Amino acid sequence: MAMTTRDRARVSLGIQAGIFLAVVIVLAVMVDWSAIRNSFFSIENLGPMFPEIITVGLFNTVKYTVVGFVFGLLGGTLLALMRMSSFPVYRWVATGYIEFFRGIPAILVFIALGFGASLAFGVNLSTLQIAGSALAIVASAYIAETLRAGLQAVPKGQIEAARALGMPAWRAMVTIQIPQAFRIVLPPLTNEAILLTKDSSLIFVVGMAGGAAELTKMGRDGINIYQAGLTPLVIAGFCYLLLTVPLSLLARRMEHRSPRTGKK
Amino acid sequence: MSQNQTTDAATQGADQFQAAGAYSAAGVTISGLHKSFGDNEVLKGIDMEVAPGEVVCLIGASGSGKSTLLRCVNRLENPNAGTITVGEHEATHPDVNLDAMRRQIGMVFQQFNLFPHLSVLENCTITPRRVLGQSKAEAEAEALAQLDTVGLKHLSDRRPDQLSGGQQQRVAIARALTMKPQLMLFDEPTSALDPETVGDVLASMRKLAEAGMTMLVVTHEMGFAREVADRVVFMDQGLVVEEGPATEVIGSPQQPRTQDFLRRVLNPLAE
Ligand SMILES: Nc1ncnc2c1ncn2[C@@H]1O[C@H](COP(=O)(O)OP(=O)(O)O)[C@@H](O)[C@H]1O
Ligand SMILES: [Mg+2]
Repeated sequence: MAMTTRDRARVSLGIQAGIFLAVVIVLAVMVDWSAIRNSFFSIENLGPMFPEIITVGLFNTVKYTVVGFVFGLLGGTLLALMRMSSFPVYRWVATGYIEFFRGIPAILVFIALGFGASLAFGVNLSTLQIAGSALAIVASAYIAETLRAGLQAVPKGQIEAARALGMPAWRAMVTIQIPQAFRIVLPPLTNEAILLTKDSSLIFVVGMAGGAAELTKMGRDGINIYQAGLTPLVIAGFCYLLLTVPLSLLARRMEHRSPRTGKK
Repeated sequence: MSQNQTTDAATQGADQFQAAGAYSAAGVTISGLHKSFGDNEVLKGIDMEVAPGEVVCLIGASGSGKSTLLRCVNRLENPNAGTITVGEHEATHPDVNLDAMRRQIGMVFQQFNLFPHLSVLENCTITPRRVLGQSKAEAEAEALAQLDTVGLKHLSDRRPDQLSGGQQQRVAIARALTMKPQLMLFDEPTSALDPETVGDVLASMRKLAEAGMTMLVVTHEMGFAREVADRVVFMDQGLVVEEGPATEVIGSPQQPRTQDFLRRVLNPLAE
């Protein structure tokens, strides 16, 4: 008997719903729900964790990320300009830097700064200095490529029109190219901020004093301090989502906006 | 949008452009111009003269080097050999102040190249303000006057992408005129337009010609060339093949290559 397209769609939907129901039943029967609740969601045992997880942990995570991002943006701008320079040595240096730091795990930079700086140079860096500069060093490599792509995405005719009107090269760049590139790079820069927020947790390997603790450190320490299983880690995770989900929504909204008019 | 209204505004009152002859028009002299891209020699020795206030239409097949020639005049391309002078500026001199020279040469591109992040009015005021140091009020008054001559004053607060192609191109003309150029270069200004918007752009160009501007126009609009051009220059494969009054070059071409080109342009279905 021949099935119409609509019949087939209905059967497919039925099969998917059946599988879902089966999985839900198996989970409900087999999983030890009270153990899960005790390990991951013992909110009532966390009394002293609030408000510190917000006022200290979340605050420090934001602080490290913002410092890393701001300096990453400065460094990234410099590297992007070097990358596009007519002086070849600048291009080689910038390319080498970018490839190097995009190619190694960020955690190596944290370790190098956290342990290596005092060994090599005898300087003792604060947690903010370590986290901020490690993030900035890595972020500037990624941001440089984002900015370069954005600048090069501005059509050549735009710069030609500006130069034909009599604008000097720097004026055409500042007035015509950069504002248009800015709209192009906002979504990828927002994504970079999300990655940095998560990467700020890498400071955990270096360790830090209580007042400088960020979300991951507080989540990990909470496991030992409170009788709440892994719940402190879950709370830390939700705190990250508090930061990353709005950024992610923001980036998606900007991507859907026409870059030309700024309107939907 | 009332198309009639803009058409009227665009065609009426040529006197709204500065009175004929009010432009301090500059002449152009090109001699022995060569330009290559790698091994590809695109201009093979061009000699050409455009008198102040003269309108010259440049015609020829695609790839014959018309755009490259135009772009050498304001040095968007660097010639390999030859000299170009525009008014008192020697465009090919090593010490030429390119920015100062370009301020006196307006250019209109096939793709308009309006600045999409700026309003129509800002497109017309940004260079006078940032480069000539005009005050906002001064630049806006001049920009509105120029937008009025192309019939688009009422759209001054729009964004370029809210305008039709023909309207964008007329804004591009007004934008160039706010710099008070002494020479205007047009590179196929109507080739990217919907047919119904071509007329308004040509009308604005005709008014500009009547106002005494020196114009070098690359175009396939033979009607415009016939009616407005003082002289027509036919180029083929990087060389000037034939030039003279429009009636002669278009009406009774002497060179076989010109005849062949015009037959194909005027009669695309014949073959
Ligand atoms: N920037 C460039 N790089 C390399 N080749 C080019 C460039 N611009 C133009 N050309 C070549 O020069 C020739 C003439 O081009 P163009 O001046 O645009 O001709 P036209 O405007 O008459 O169609 C073409 O063969 C084109 O491919
Ligand atoms: Mg061309």
